[in-house]
Amino acid sequence: MRADQVRKIFDGYAVLRGISLDVARGELISIIGPSGCGKSTFLRCLNFLEIPDSGTVDIAGVTITRTGGRWTRQEEDAAHRLRAHVGMVFQSFNLFPHRTVLDNVMLAPVRVKRMPADEARAEALALLDKVGLSAMATRYPDTLSGGQQQRAAIARALAMRPDVMLYDEPTSALDPELAEEVLSVMRTLDNEGMTQLVVTHDMRFARAASDRVVFMDGGEIVEADDPDRLFVAPEDPRTRRFLRSVL
Amino acid sequence: MVLLLALAVTFLPVASHAAPLRWASDAEANVPFVFHDPADQSRLTGYEYEIAQAIARRLGRQTQFVQNDWDGLIPGLQRGLYDMVIDGIEITPEHEQGVLFSRPYYMTTERITVRRDQQGLDTLAALHGHVVGTLKDTTAERMLQADPSIRIRSYEEETNAYTDLKNGRLDAVLLDGTIALYYGSPDPDLKLVGAPIGQVAYGVAFAQGNSVLRDQVNAALDGMMRDGELHRILARWKLWTPAMAALTGDASTPEIAPDAWDHYRAATAPTAGWRARFDRYVSFLPLLLHGALLTFAVSACAMVLAVGLGLALALMRRYGPRWLGALATLYVEIVRGTPLLIQILFIFYALPGIGLRLSPFVAGVLALGMNYAAYEAENYRAGLQSVARGQIEAAIALNMTHFQALRFVVVPQAVRMVIPVMTNDFISLLKDSSLVSVITLTELSQTYVRLSSTYYDYFGTGLLIGVAYLLLGLPFVRLARMAEARFHTGRQRQGHI
Repeated sequence: MRADQVRKIFDGYAVLRGISLDVARGELISIIGPSGCGKSTFLRCLNFLEIPDSGTVDIAGVTITRTGGRWTRQEEDAAHRLRAHVGMVFQSFNLFPHRTVLDNVMLAPVRVKRMPADEARAEALALLDKVGLSAMATRYPDTLSGGQQQRAAIARALAMRPDVMLYDEPTSALDPELAEEVLSVMRTLDNEGMTQLVVTHDMRFARAASDRVVFMDGGEIVEADDPDRLFVAPEDPRTRRFLRSVL
Repeated sequence: MVLLLALAVTFLPVASHAAPLRWASDAEANVPFVFHDPADQSRLTGYEYEIAQAIARRLGRQTQFVQNDWDGLIPGLQRGLYDMVIDGIEITPEHEQGVLFSRPYYMTTERITVRRDQQGLDTLAALHGHVVGTLKDTTAERMLQADPSIRIRSYEEETNAYTDLKNGRLDAVLLDGTIALYYGSPDPDLKLVGAPIGQVAYGVAFAQGNSVLRDQVNAALDGMMRDGELHRILARWKLWTPAMAALTGDASTPEIAPDAWDHYRAATAPTAGWRARFDRYVSFLPLLLHGALLTFAVSACAMVLAVGLGLALALMRRYGPRWLGALATLYVEIVRGTPLLIQILFIFYALPGIGLRLSPFVAGVLALGMNYAAYEAENYRAGLQSVARGQIEAAIALNMTHFQALRFVVVPQAVRMVIPVMTNDFISLLKDSSLVSVITLTELSQTYVRLSSTYYDYFGTGLLIGVAYLLLGLPFVRLARMAEARFHTGRQRQGHI
């Protein structure tokens, strides 16, 4: 996975000022930085929930290069192909409240991939088992705790068999012990070789679980390094200031 | 659904090449012209009904009766819904501008009716300064308009005029002798006074240019006058008058028993005792059932249309391209800004002008459905807005197309949210469906008008009809309760986040 010179302007304000990042297969990368630094926007540009104004995104062989101008039908088609390789998890879970947990997980495989319902159900149950939610399959999302909901959301994203998982502050809405349930699922996936990008405020997790940590500020990547180096001996004064304020 | 389709087919006009003579009248409480036999509501009767049958017999044609509202009779003729109208239509210069008339088949005069104890109001001049009732758009009405001091109350139904006279809301009623004889004279509280006033001629009405049929009918009427058939019919209804003798040159006075008059008087005589009353109500049930079925069919079909079209409009406004959204907004504003009654009449009577002929049933469903779609669209728009933005994002991230995201994620949630409001709308649609009676559909409300004015019984019949509406609405009330209960628990359950 590769992003090259990704730029995004909101109302004349440059939110992303040319972000480039290469991610190797199986890497777990944490993206940290102060609020408003553009880290969530960058993540959302990777699967084109936000449309970058310029730059290139390449995921699993699908390359989309933007050079300004309107978002075209062809580009949306390309984005559709690209999203087939990308799963995403949101801060507020965004489970579909009118469907059971099992239906949440089955919906996209059945409707998008046209997978037979039996097969999709078997796979969904296996995924729910993997995230520890077998017992919750027939429950509605709003009867679950936040940690359970976020694990269901991960199972839902995994059901599309993505090559890359994007997490947008997956534990920010959760109490620490509930957050831990979610983080442990992400560690398991890391062990299985999943490529994962996590925008997070959880410095402990970023330091302990990441292969690399990216520090963003003011719409730029300031520093990207091995967590032990970045947390212990950051090169840039901005990184140092930020880490002092949060640790 | 199959039932609804079957009903829809039933109400479509039958296009036949055997070409029966299609004639129209307003048989709702239209004594003695054309009306439902009080002793057997499924049977049409009336002296004009008999004249129409006699004409058809002489033309060697079958008849097909078309019920239409009084106000719709002439527009329906111009629309080609039927070949002719027989409904005591007065031959006046104004009417002749819109239709073609046969020769007069009946001549009568205007009569004044007052309360039994009233003195002195026995000439047109004596009505000066009084409150006088009549039917709208009649010769009697024009006579009253000649004196500006008379306060005129113009009614649609003659029963209402005479009831108001009895209740003291009117000082007198001026109406055709035929009507006065059947509505005024039998009532013990009322009396006909003074000499006959003026003269009125009734003619069969045809569409402009249909002189072929007009000439055939004239020939038939001639024959009926010559061989005494018209005399016999009128005498049986106690309607043979000196004016008719003068018109037909028939001065004979054969012994003809007024059996039709007697039959009507016997059937409408005030019923003594609750037993007779109960039997009468039981005899209403088939009519009530038919009316209820039609009300239900119209409402249900209109609801399906309203939900589908309303959803499409809401989606166009929220997610469509700008021009499509503007178009949908325009539609909603126009439909919400004009009366439903006008829309129904417009769709049924005006659209044939541009080549779109709809059966009354289809026109009624279309008008109601398109009207309610505008309101539903606003509901759904609110519902769609209340679905969190994150829901669409989650769906897109799962690689759904925008259409799939709407179809599987957003719309189902929006619909759930608006179900309580929707059920309310459906109950009011059920009631608004009574408006389709103006385009010849005899649904529940029209059944009430017919039954109550035939028997002068607004109270008991009203209760029956009310119960029928409540029963029809009950499923929706239950649905609303269930939806509300569900919506409520859904809210309480959100505590975890």
